Amino acid sequence: MEFGPYLIIALFEGALTSAVIALTAVGLSVVFGLMRVVNVAHGEFFMLGAVFTWFITWNLGLNPTVGFITALLLVPLAVGSLATLADRLILNRLDYDPERTIVATIGLLYLIQQSTLMSYGPDARPVEPPFNHRIALPWIELGESGWQIYWPWGFGITTYKLAVILAAIVLLWILLRLLARTKYGLLIRATQQDSEMALAFGIPVSRVYAIVFGIGGGLAALGAVLIVPIRQAHYLMGGEPLLLSFIVVIVGGLGSIPGTILAAILIGMSDGLISVFFSPTLAKIVATLLVVFVLIFRPNGLFGKNQQ
Amino acid sequence: MNDKNLALNIGVVGFLALLFFLVSDYHDGIIARILILAIFAMGYNLLFGYTGLLSLGHAMFFATGMYGYGLSVELWKFSAFEGLLFALVISFLFSMSIGVLTLRTKGVAFMIVTLMFSQVFYLVVLLFGEHTGGDEGFVISTHGRTLFGLNFVDPTSKYFASLFLFAVVLLGLTLFVRTRTGKCLVAIRENEERAKMLGYDVWVHKFIAIIISGVICGLAGASYTLIFGYAGAAFAEVHYSILPLLWVLLGGAGTLIGPLVGTVFAFYLIDISSGYTSAYLLIVGLVIVLLTLFAPQGLAGELKRRMAHWLQ
Amino acid sequence: MKKVKLIKPGISRRSALKAVGAIGGTAMVSSTIPGWYLQASTSEPIKIGFQVHRTGIGAAYGRWYERTSIAAVERINSEGGIMGRQVELVAEDDGTDPKRGAEVVEKLTVQHGCDVVFGTLFSHVVIGSSPRAGELKMPYFVVSEGHHVASGMLNRYTLQPCITDVKSQVEAMAPFVSGNLGKKVTMIFPDFAFGHDHRDYFSAAMEKNGGQILEKIAIPPTETSFSKYFPKIPRDTEVLYHVMVGPAVLTFVKELGEFFGGQGPTLFGFIDSLEAVDMTSPGLEFLDGSYFWEGMPRYSQGDTLPFDQAYRDAVGCDENGASVTDSRDVSTYAHMFGCWETLFLLREAMTMADYKSDQASRVRLIETVESMSEIPASEEHPQGPKIFNGKTHQVFGQQYITKVENGRLNLAHATSIEDTFYPDEVDYTSQSF
Repeated sequence: MEFGPYLIIALFEGALTSAVIALTAVGLSVVFGLMRVVNVAHGEFFMLGAVFTWFITWNLGLNPTVGFITALLLVPLAVGSLATLADRLILNRLDYDPERTIVATIGLLYLIQQSTLMSYGPDARPVEPPFNHRIALPWIELGESGWQIYWPWGFGITTYKLAVILAAIVLLWILLRLLARTKYGLLIRATQQDSEMALAFGIPVSRVYAIVFGIGGGLAALGAVLIVPIRQAHYLMGGEPLLLSFIVVIVGGLGSIPGTILAAILIGMSDGLISVFFSPTLAKIVATLLVVFVLIFRPNGLFGKNQQ
Repeated sequence: MNDKNLALNIGVVGFLALLFFLVSDYHDGIIARILILAIFAMGYNLLFGYTGLLSLGHAMFFATGMYGYGLSVELWKFSAFEGLLFALVISFLFSMSIGVLTLRTKGVAFMIVTLMFSQVFYLVVLLFGEHTGGDEGFVISTHGRTLFGLNFVDPTSKYFASLFLFAVVLLGLTLFVRTRTGKCLVAIRENEERAKMLGYDVWVHKFIAIIISGVICGLAGASYTLIFGYAGAAFAEVHYSILPLLWVLLGGAGTLIGPLVGTVFAFYLIDISSGYTSAYLLIVGLVIVLLTLFAPQGLAGELKRRMAHWLQ
Repeated sequence: MKKVKLIKPGISRRSALKAVGAIGGTAMVSSTIPGWYLQASTSEPIKIGFQVHRTGIGAAYGRWYERTSIAAVERINSEGGIMGRQVELVAEDDGTDPKRGAEVVEKLTVQHGCDVVFGTLFSHVVIGSSPRAGELKMPYFVVSEGHHVASGMLNRYTLQPCITDVKSQVEAMAPFVSGNLGKKVTMIFPDFAFGHDHRDYFSAAMEKNGGQILEKIAIPPTETSFSKYFPKIPRDTEVLYHVMVGPAVLTFVKELGEFFGGQGPTLFGFIDSLEAVDMTSPGLEFLDGSYFWEGMPRYSQGDTLPFDQAYRDAVGCDENGASVTDSRDVSTYAHMFGCWETLFLLREAMTMADYKSDQASRVRLIETVESMSEIPASEEHPQGPKIFNGKTHQVFGQQYITKVENGRLNLAHATSIEDTFYPDEVDYTSQSF
């Protein structure tokens, strides 16, 4: 393909990757920023979101749009409740000790994966998007009779992917506003800055933690509901989002949601752009090293304050 | 006091030597594997349990040893002994460069940087698939399975070679943690600022810890390849970075015997539960969760807390 | 010390099972298939160790490999077992991991005392496990379609007698592709050894058939989205050859369709990308008119394969290759016949070798299989006739090319066995036992 259209496709795919990562990572960012624990099972909440969406859209025999909207409403709630339950049953009892949380959430990961394997099965299954059209795009080139418009093959975008990018922007904007403006946002930010002080001021820290852990899981699931129509549901799909979210949260700077979003854009776009210039595996290597060196030279992340 | 640790660890080695004659052939084969993986876990534990640096990329050190050995033996026809030396040298140089690059970071950033370097390592193995065999990997030929006249097809050679390497690393570490350097690592883990104020060069000590840890893990990778005869990219995947962390935490971080206990426990948990149900990962997950709830310091850590405070 | 207790598992397996069941409270399947009625024979059953991908990336294949194998063993036992001895299938999960794979071979051999080990699919697990099988002198029958056996990388104890390898499959596709679909080909494949086999053998075969490979695009296996790589496909491509593995296969095929939007080159793919996936899934509509390699056609082709229907009934598949109890549960039809056929081949070879569960018998068993050559199509070998090469331990057989028409894969071409031949690369019979 010509360089111009190729670049545009790469940028569009990069924007989509950014949106996908941002949606998944923002839940982890909220949890990580507040509790400073690594939730290894975060990717599994994402996977559950995708699998529940498949279940609702396929098994309830609804038409794709109704099914999708139902999923959008119910799935984050269901996964969020599961996450809250996990917090109450396990993390809370570990006093959010960082090391024990890693082990416990590895255990949780096994439990969730195996239960999914036994009920949903090992197959990859698609979810139908509520709408999807391919829009072919034109390009101009200098022909014999001057500049002319033509339609390169393969040059196009799909409306659902575009919608995911837009939805991500809207959702992240709403989330930032909620954190900045509401009483709950204030509670979360206060607890995040100094949990002992917050406790002294009568903030129910333990309840805030449980709710935030639920929100984190719910946000991951919400991301999954939006994303699963362009991907697929599979019981092992949680690994990749976990790694990417984790990377994005740290590169953005611990606990900074704007940082997380910026890092998602950086990583998504560079992933898309670099793929234009290298063979695919080499492109992955280059993109990964780029992020590594960002961290080596800014060890606290883009928006990070001093650690600890 | 510390002699108790030395005595215990010598006792463990002696017990393991005796065990060979007590258990069935199947367990002999399995324990040989476990001992090599326990070396991997001990290398990890030095950095994580003693120095307090949580790496999520130790698969790359294991794989460095694995490919350092496997490729030199297969491509350049090194003898097993030369291959082993080569693997150790490569592991040394590799962990040195990783140390220089990653020690600018700490805490969570260190976790991510090691994780991503390991990811790069994995992709590089695939990128050069024509030589490394990529994901499929390759089988080590006979000359690479024979060291000092011992052929590792034989179960007795397997077992005692693994035990020997395990014993060297275990006893070496037992002595190392008593040295000034070893104690300084613990001081860094407990309070980095204070260690700095006491005049220790924190960076140099962390650097030493990464190198020793990397070389031990490289030794584990090389000896796994030598003794069991296979190298492949699966060992460079994220999964194999998480496993030593899991083993160390289950067994007891910052104890000498913890990595062995954790590796044994994790292996037999899977091996035995999978004999009863195909849904064995449910049991594994449940046991792991319960263990963190009721034995927060890991198995050996719990022992240390309850009765053996002298355990190192 | 606690460890000692762990090493000797409990005396009463049954009571432990009950206890575990009570704790877990979940539906559990015992890993060994419980006693086939033993009245047929007084002698010990023949134990066939089954290394199965129940978890991990191979689980979708593993599930159907297991169903097929159970069906075959049921049939064998109902027909009197092997020389009057009942067959017991002892399954162990390898997690699709080469390290665990080697341990499983060890467990099946040493602890369970199996007579043979069989059933492995993923190449890295085969290559990781095979050295251990060789050391233990355990006949190891793989159902992998990897080129590892015939390439000479493995050992005398490892055989692949009932599924063809990727080299012969790929080479047999080249005449059809260049003769019917186009000469200028671009290949997309995973940056895995399996993908490299496709790349190397197909491009060589295409060039021999007067074709040309314009571009070879290797996708890293960690990838989850693919559209950004498709612009690398050159404009003058006539045929796009694609194959993918991993949890994101469906995304790959969907994005491929969206990218071309119904235009673009003819698609030719390996069904591996869509094994266990319903062809009528949303997003796959664009596949209409494209071609697939299949080891055995998933959709019933009437009487074209004379023994297909009986096999289909036995393994519980409907005419669309889905489970008879759940039409959305699609099988891995193009591969799993290898398990069925291997088990029947074992029955035949064990009978011929007068197999007696000792080491001399195991050697005889391997020599017997090595001496086999023509395997005619039959109920035991429903995929079609085959020719086994005793020197390379690899079987050769027909390949099928199907075309997607209205969400159904219809047979477009069947290659001859001769199309799949290539010169020997190893002679395992020259190795000692």
